[in-house]
Amino acid sequence: MTVAEIRQAVIDILSDIAPDQDLSALNDEMSFREQLEMDSMDFLDIVMELRKRYRIQIPEEDYPQLASMASTVAYLEPIMKDMPKK
Amino acid sequence: MNAHSSRQRAGDPQFSSYDVVVIGAGLAGLTAANILGRAGHRVLLLEQHDKLGGLATWFKRKGHIFDVSLHGFPVGMIKSCRRYWSPEIADAIVQLKRIHFDNPMFSLETTFDRRDFTRLLVERFGVAPPAVDAFFDAARQMNFFDDQSVTTADLFERYFPGREDVVRLLMEPITYANGSTLEDPALTYGIVFSNFMSKGVYTFEGGTDRLIGMMADELRRNGVDVCLRCNVDQVLCEGGRVRGVLVHGRPIAARAVVSNANLLGTIFDLVDARHWPADFLEQARQVRLNNSSTQVYFGIRAGDTIDEEQCGDLLFTSTAPRFCAQSLLSRDVTSRTFSFYYPRTRPGHNRCTIVASMNSQFADWADLPPEEYRRAKQALIDDTLQCLEKYVPDVRQRIDWMECGTPRTFARYTKHWQGASFGTKFEGLAVSRAMPNVIGGLYHAGSVGIIMSGWLGAVNYGVIVANEVDAFLLNNSSQSSFSEETALP
Ligand SMILES: Cc1cc2nc3c(=O)[nH]c(=O)nc-3n(C[C@H](O)[C@H](O)[C@H](O)COP(=O)(O)OP(=O)(O)OC[C@H]3O[C@@H](n4cnc5c(N)ncnc54)[C@H](O)[C@@H]3O)c2cc1C
Repeated sequence: MTVAEIRQAVIDILSDIAPDQDLSALNDEMSFREQLEMDSMDFLDIVMELRKRYRIQIPEEDYPQLASMASTVAYLEPIMKDMPKK
Repeated sequence: MNAHSSRQRAGDPQFSSYDVVVIGAGLAGLTAANILGRAGHRVLLLEQHDKLGGLATWFKRKGHIFDVSLHGFPVGMIKSCRRYWSPEIADAIVQLKRIHFDNPMFSLETTFDRRDFTRLLVERFGVAPPAVDAFFDAARQMNFFDDQSVTTADLFERYFPGREDVVRLLMEPITYANGSTLEDPALTYGIVFSNFMSKGVYTFEGGTDRLIGMMADELRRNGVDVCLRCNVDQVLCEGGRVRGVLVHGRPIAARAVVSNANLLGTIFDLVDARHWPADFLEQARQVRLNNSSTQVYFGIRAGDTIDEEQCGDLLFTSTAPRFCAQSLLSRDVTSRTFSFYYPRTRPGHNRCTIVASMNSQFADWADLPPEEYRRAKQALIDDTLQCLEKYVPDVRQRIDWMECGTPRTFARYTKHWQGASFGTKFEGLAVSRAMPNVIGGLYHAGSVGIIMSGWLGAVNYGVIVANEVDAFLLNNSSQSSFSEETALP
């Protein structure tokens, strides 16, 4: 998957988790928490969805890497780059 | 998806081997089972009682349905139910808008949210608006990593120095909701407060029985095998790993086990001591259980209704001149919470009930001989009735059922050590979290640590643990369970 496809994969997950939020204007560098109404259960849902959809395991100590879109994509890129697009 | 057809019945599990066994069908156990079943794992849920729900329960008497723990929960339940259960369950959650306080310091009505608390604190209590805002912001920003030595008392003293009345308004409901006191870490207050009091109090339309019924349907849809009247006698371990459970003398193999039983019960009753390292046992021995409860249930005659304007949905009442969390525990009760359930609680079931809840200590009830126990229960009912008369005129003539529950009742139905209503104090959380590091594949999910208790805390903790179990099962997918490795006895 390309970086753009990984970003889209995260957007797809976010739009399922937070269906009421507008993701079109998301600032990739700013933390999700500052822009979206997200709590720790929402972040857990991202982790669970990544495992369900792509079988990606994120250890608890790496959860802070999911703070913003930019940091999430940077974290996922080495793991997902060899995966086929879904 | 798995091939197991799910059903709920008394009796023995259908199979002798599962991916996951969940011990206990409280809200945390139910939720963990649902998520793991939905993820395609083969899940067995074992409950010792004859119904699901644990402390989230109800009972029927003379046409009345009494809810035990439906006084109210935070708005976050809507989101959690939508995601981890079903949209139908989430859609049945409605707000309780009339929360009353009546004590020697103040009498007021509130919608129990940040805006209304701010209004009250400024207009009625004369607190400067910046102090109120600073307090709410500080509470909201608190998290798990904060300094634990800062107590809730310190927090109040910082923002509302010397204001016992303000402390009472902001603390008394939380003491009822989870048994915490001014001595508990400020972070537990901050987390619970910002969850609970920032957006009002909610209830489930249709009552606890409807909620648990809908959850049972959902479990069935997700292929979870549910067995009632199945007490787990032992968790089987071998070589530092969990292997299954023993139920009715029969071993059931499992790759992972989630215990929703009391934390201390899980460690000291269900697992043989030789499987725990000494330092873990020592840490577990330090864990303090939370208090228990007493309740008095009143059924109003069919056709009669209580005045909503006057009583509201939830009433925190006290005759104690000052607030003291410790005195809330005394058998000499001066403070109570009344929940008034109107016909709208269960549309179609045209009844009013009133449930009084008091915090209390197991030790005060544990050893009473039968006659004294009976008298103590009658005294509790009489005192509660007398208090209620102040709010509901002629209530004695209007009631056709009265009964009470004590810490012994809660202990009997849930097997919680000391009838604990809200799990453990803060230190229990670390012990609960550490369990799978000590015995591979063994998890605990259930009320602990103050912040993980109550309906929402239990549901969310079930989700957190289900996430870990799911990851564990994926990582260990190549390993077979012991039914295939070792011959079962
Ligand atoms: C009087 C009272 C009022 C409350 N009011 C509210 C309220 O208004 N709002 C709110 O949010 N919270 C309230 N609570 C708290 C809330 O009910 C609990 O925190 C929550 O329901 C606990 O869920 P749990 O998953 O931890 O497990 P529990 O409900 O404690 O369930 C544990 C389950 O495990 C089962 N079990 C134990 N041992 C075994 C075994 N060996 N084998 C098989 N099964 C076993 C038990 O039978 C039980 O079903 C109240 C509690 C009480 C007591």
